[in-house]
Amino acid sequence: MFDTGRVSARPRPEIPLAVLGERARPVTLAAERALPVTSVLAPLLPDGGLPRGATVGVHGPGATALALALVAAASGAGSWTAVVGADDLGLVAAAEAGLALERTVVVADPPPAAWSTVVAALVESVEVVLVRASRRVAPGEQRRLRTHLRRRGGVLVRLPGPGIWPEDPDVRLRSVRASWEGAVATDRLDGAGRLRRRRLVVEAEGRGRAARPRRLELWLPGPDGAPAPLVTTPSTTVPSTTADLPNPTVTATTDGRGTRWAEVG
Amino acid sequence: MAPSPAPGPDQAAERALVAVVADWPVVAARIAGDVGEGGTVGAGDTAHVGEAPDGAGPVVVVHANRVVAASGAARAAGVTVGLRRREAQGRCPAAAVVTADPAREGRTFEPLAAALDAVTPRVEVRHPGEVAFPTRGPSRYFGGDAALVHRVAGVLDARLPPGVAPGVAVADGTFAAGCAARSGPAVVEPGASAAFLADRPVGEAAEHLDRDDAREATSVLARLGVRALGALAALPAPDVLARFGPAGELLHRLARGLDPRPLATRRAAPELAVAVELDPPIDRTDVLAFRAVALADDLHARLARDGRVCLRLGVEVETDHGERRRRSWRHEGGLTASAVAERVRWQLDGWLDGPAAERPTAGVTVLRLDPEEVTAARGRQLGFWGGETRIDEEAARALARVAALLGPDAVTVAEVTGGRGPTDRIASVPAAAVDLGARTVVRPGPTGPWPGRLPPPSPALVPASPVEVELRAADGTAVAVDGRGTVSAPPARLGRVEVVAWAGPWPADERWWDPDRARRRARVQVVLADGTAHLLALEGGVWHREGSYD
Repeated sequence: MFDTGRVSARPRPEIPLAVLGERARPVTLAAERALPVTSVLAPLLPDGGLPRGATVGVHGPGATALALALVAAASGAGSWTAVVGADDLGLVAAAEAGLALERTVVVADPPPAAWSTVVAALVESVEVVLVRASRRVAPGEQRRLRTHLRRRGGVLVRLPGPGIWPEDPDVRLRSVRASWEGAVATDRLDGAGRLRRRRLVVEAEGRGRAARPRRLELWLPGPDGAPAPLVTTPSTTVPSTTADLPNPTVTATTDGRGTRWAEVG
Repeated sequence: MAPSPAPGPDQAAERALVAVVADWPVVAARIAGDVGEGGTVGAGDTAHVGEAPDGAGPVVVVHANRVVAASGAARAAGVTVGLRRREAQGRCPAAAVVTADPAREGRTFEPLAAALDAVTPRVEVRHPGEVAFPTRGPSRYFGGDAALVHRVAGVLDARLPPGVAPGVAVADGTFAAGCAARSGPAVVEPGASAAFLADRPVGEAAEHLDRDDAREATSVLARLGVRALGALAALPAPDVLARFGPAGELLHRLARGLDPRPLATRRAAPELAVAVELDPPIDRTDVLAFRAVALADDLHARLARDGRVCLRLGVEVETDHGERRRRSWRHEGGLTASAVAERVRWQLDGWLDGPAAERPTAGVTVLRLDPEEVTAARGRQLGFWGGETRIDEEAARALARVAALLGPDAVTVAEVTGGRGPTDRIASVPAAAVDLGARTVVRPGPTGPWPGRLPPPSPALVPASPVEVELRAADGTAVAVDGRGTVSAPPARLGRVEVVAWAGPWPADERWWDPDRARRRARVQVVLADGTAHLLALEGGVWHREGSYD
């Protein structure tokens, strides 16, 4: 009736401590493991943020502006940003996109021998790293970077450049069509107007949670240098029919004389 | 509640002179030329300096969207410190808004501090805009406190822009002297400081200490009904210490007309000084600042081993020709290594920008850091939300490591400068030469007198040196821009690529008054058939690509 000790209980399976630790780890949602991103670009990314530990590649016309717009919100929220190997990055444009210049550091292209050490040191301690590789990255170097990146939970953005990465990024953003607005055709002698904004079509694909292809059309840069949504929906209630109409701002593109710089300054 | 006993002779505050230039950020912006041509600036809000003759051009200096200083004209229009930027602009639409820049303020203040070296060698800069020194020797030498005040005011007046007058006063202790310098009288008699301070709010003492716990104690005291310093001084010291801790004790000492810590009149510990011989001599301030970081790190390590922190640091540089300049810097919270480096940079920049007769003539060969005042380190709590966080420190450490690997010039941060083109508006400064933890918000906004500047969006790629290109019209001739700012023909091809749209030209005739630095340029924007857009500039008959809108 009672346990006499003869019925030997089945020995409990031995669980390695590491597995136990993994199971007991506090649960965080994927959305919490992401750096903030501006609401305009959020539809391009899984969970509407930059996944921590991920590598992002940007390609196509407007890739630099895309990279800046992508990391601007994280920078504004307090993350440090390091730019490696892109001495020609326009810092005025970066500030207009929303980067906090007081937390932005530009690192000159390191010599090949020190490249992976420098990038790894930055990835270890700076949350957002923008890298333009000037040569072929060895697979071992990339694995090392990935380990550092995962551990630190930062984001590595690959700027387009001559270098070759052995593996595809986790998220790949490619702008497929760009058209500028504000300049006049070349048959006019007065050159009225100025470049105001660019309409950009961006396609996103990737691995894992980012696998579903996404597509977004937006103004990048918008009139103030920051990205702007194509259809501006006012916060007040809008008749549902207007949502399908073409954006009224598109028609009013080139105004007569445009704004001369002297008047703006 | 018995009044506290009168301070014994052993703890009486040392008489000190404080000189204040009200709204120094405004004056600094004006000296540095960051305010528009019409921007006359005055410090007309101190009662005893007389009205400043500023009719036009109110100036407001903002940091993190809040007003930190305003010129007399702006104050007259209702602008107060702490106001939001928008509200300040609303109250005074004519005001020129300048972003606060500690480097500019430190650099422009250096010549004033240097001028006071002729009066006494013990000048210490409390922060740009305010100096203090003990008066025991100088006062006797110049014939009394009033004569000394007159002399110091004269020395400073000669070096300030017209319309700006310094406030100078002598009293027991720097706090009382500072209050008197802002509001008068010029001399508070010995022993009268406590009575002089009795009607002032406790908050002023908390601001003098610049400690958050003192500000907290102030608000609690106000709710307890203790608003004036006289009321605080009447409380027994042990009770204040028991209730408010060290911050309360310091406030109470100030209220009684004592110094929280007397100005040091003797050398603290000469053996703690560290120096480095520089061979070859260094003639660049950022390189010197880089060496200063290493030296300051060394000094900190030695002090930390003894559990001490440096409150006042003497920075001395000596050139190859034996010219020497020494300056004392004070910070109540202790100076970090990067803060030391930044002050070295201010000191050197100020020396180089100063009067030609006093400028150094050779590279710096000796850099010496001399802790003039040390105290026990009480530890520093890092912020949990915002402020100084562990992450920031980690990032700063990694950047120092990268700089050590690649050289100090390879790691740069941006500083906003004035200008019109994309390369002019931002300057790169070696990260080692600035205090990364305490950088102000730098944003190239619509400040400064730069008509004809490119409005946003700005080019995302800016080549370090402009690339020469060929811009041709449809008939194959090079596009030219005449003196009236019109093109000879619309651009049709950039190199081999067709131009589909263009805008401009925008002529810019810069620094025409300076033959060495004058530049005449005309800029155009072109959109090419491949979808890319570029910013081109014509200078001396040659087109350059200044930037690409990638």
